[in-house]
Amino acid sequence: MITAGIDCGSKNTKVVILEGNNILSTASVLSGFDQEESAQQALNSALEKAGINREDIKHITATGAGMEAIFFANDNVTTVTSDGRGAFFFFPSARTIIDIGAEEGLVVKLDENGKVKDFGINEKCAAGAGAFIEAMSRALEIDIEKMGELSLKSTKQIPMNAQCTIFAESEVVSLIHQKTAKEDIIRAVHDAIADRNTSMVRQIGIEKEVALIGGVANNIGFVDAMNKNLGFEILIPKDVVSPEYVTALGAALVAQDKIGG
Amino acid sequence: MSKTESEKEYWRWTESRYTNPDINWKDGDIISAGVDVGSVSTQAVIMVDGEIYCYSSMRTGSNSPDSATNAMDWALEGTGLTLDKIQYVVGTGYGRVNVPFAKRAITEIACHARGANFIYGPEIRTVLDMGGQDCKAIRCDNRGKVTAFLMNDKCAAGTGRGMEVFADLLQVHINDVGEMSLQVDKEPEPVSSTCVVFAKSEAVGLLRKGWPKEKVLAAYCSAMAHRIVTLLLRLGIEEKFAITGGIAKNIGVVKRIEEELKLKAPESSIDPQLAGAIGAALFAKALIEKEHKKA
Repeated sequence: MITAGIDCGSKNTKVVILEGNNILSTASVLSGFDQEESAQQALNSALEKAGINREDIKHITATGAGMEAIFFANDNVTTVTSDGRGAFFFFPSARTIIDIGAEEGLVVKLDENGKVKDFGINEKCAAGAGAFIEAMSRALEIDIEKMGELSLKSTKQIPMNAQCTIFAESEVVSLIHQKTAKEDIIRAVHDAIADRNTSMVRQIGIEKEVALIGGVANNIGFVDAMNKNLGFEILIPKDVVSPEYVTALGAALVAQDKIGG
Repeated sequence: MSKTESEKEYWRWTESRYTNPDINWKDGDIISAGVDVGSVSTQAVIMVDGEIYCYSSMRTGSNSPDSATNAMDWALEGTGLTLDKIQYVVGTGYGRVNVPFAKRAITEIACHARGANFIYGPEIRTVLDMGGQDCKAIRCDNRGKVTAFLMNDKCAAGTGRGMEVFADLLQVHINDVGEMSLQVDKEPEPVSSTCVVFAKSEAVGLLRKGWPKEKVLAAYCSAMAHRIVTLLLRLGIEEKFAITGGIAKNIGVVKRIEEELKLKAPESSIDPQLAGAIGAALFAKALIEKEHKKA
């Protein structure tokens, strides 16, 4: 039984095609303005990678910020539910799931059966989301993919005073003018966003194990800052799929439930 | 990426300086000055016997002490007056501790209330200071003394910086934003995102939908006005009500605030962005008088 999960994020649209417990393929495209068109593209690309046809998929479930725009999906499910399902699939020991995307931060608490007990969302402010790191990488003129690695080379911890992304941009520019090492600035950026997210998680309450998913989990500098904040290592799905696909995977799992697979 | 010359910086508001031709500083007894080093702009105001003699208003650079010195130098330019003849300088604003020649630093909240009292008269009880990186609602008495205040300095929504971001995005000069936002037949729904980063994405979406720039600006100005009104209402408004700071010059935001409050803010020939520095110069004057009394 083959299903697909489509996660329409504010930045990228991700598709996971699933057969039983096997991920057949994944694909990601920029969400752009026509979300349904992007979802279609991502799905086609995933179908091609899996070497199957559209008719082979029995059920498609959409999730994410733009899920309602995907009219070709059979149904949709909230990000909170898909986050919980996807993360629990990899880490049955996880009780707290943190999902940091481009414009949204979520924390989901699960019971021992993977059922959602509680959740919190930040969708109002870019300060805790990937958009924050993106804005800083633009101000620093450093490729966003290199941010993580560079911050680990930092030798000095410096504070970031601004909370707001817009104000932090000016602060980063001032730090550059003051000839602060870029590595140290990047570390401050990661520390700042980690602080925002740690306090969001603390509001709900931290219960071990903690898993981190979403695109920002690919940033090792941010992960390092989160680990330091929490005082223990967070779990990150790496081997099977990268963390930004976990929500789409969760939707594909929900799709299996729907058809009794 | 360095900006190419063809790339205009739309957020760059116009710097200015002024000398009052009716005053000769040599005839004055008390020469005081206030320097307001804000996060975005810096003003230096020099007063002779409590009247504005000259001032400058310019952008704050990355270095606060330099910004204070530059603003003071420019204000004094061509007047024959020199810094050593100014008896007392008070620093205020975000960078107030970084005014090298100031004898004292006073918070911008106190200075704005004092400045508004000077600009708009003693009947002002509520002052809204809309600055570059913060927004403050201040209540004061008939002498311009602060009785209560509330501020937002955590978030760019509702600040001048947020408006600059929009000016850049829409490629409309910041000085024209307010006027342009009023050129709509019908007021559109306000931009729904609070965060400026998200509001920017929302605006791009609106432009893609075919909205003209005027309509997008109207949607943003009304969102900003609404956010500021919320802050004011939390503090509670007592009449009369005045607006200071850079955004006071944005008629699109001011008109929408006035409409929402059903109150009219008074107008003045004095630049509302100077309120903080004027307040500081008035405090400096009072401090000189106090010193004189002691002596």
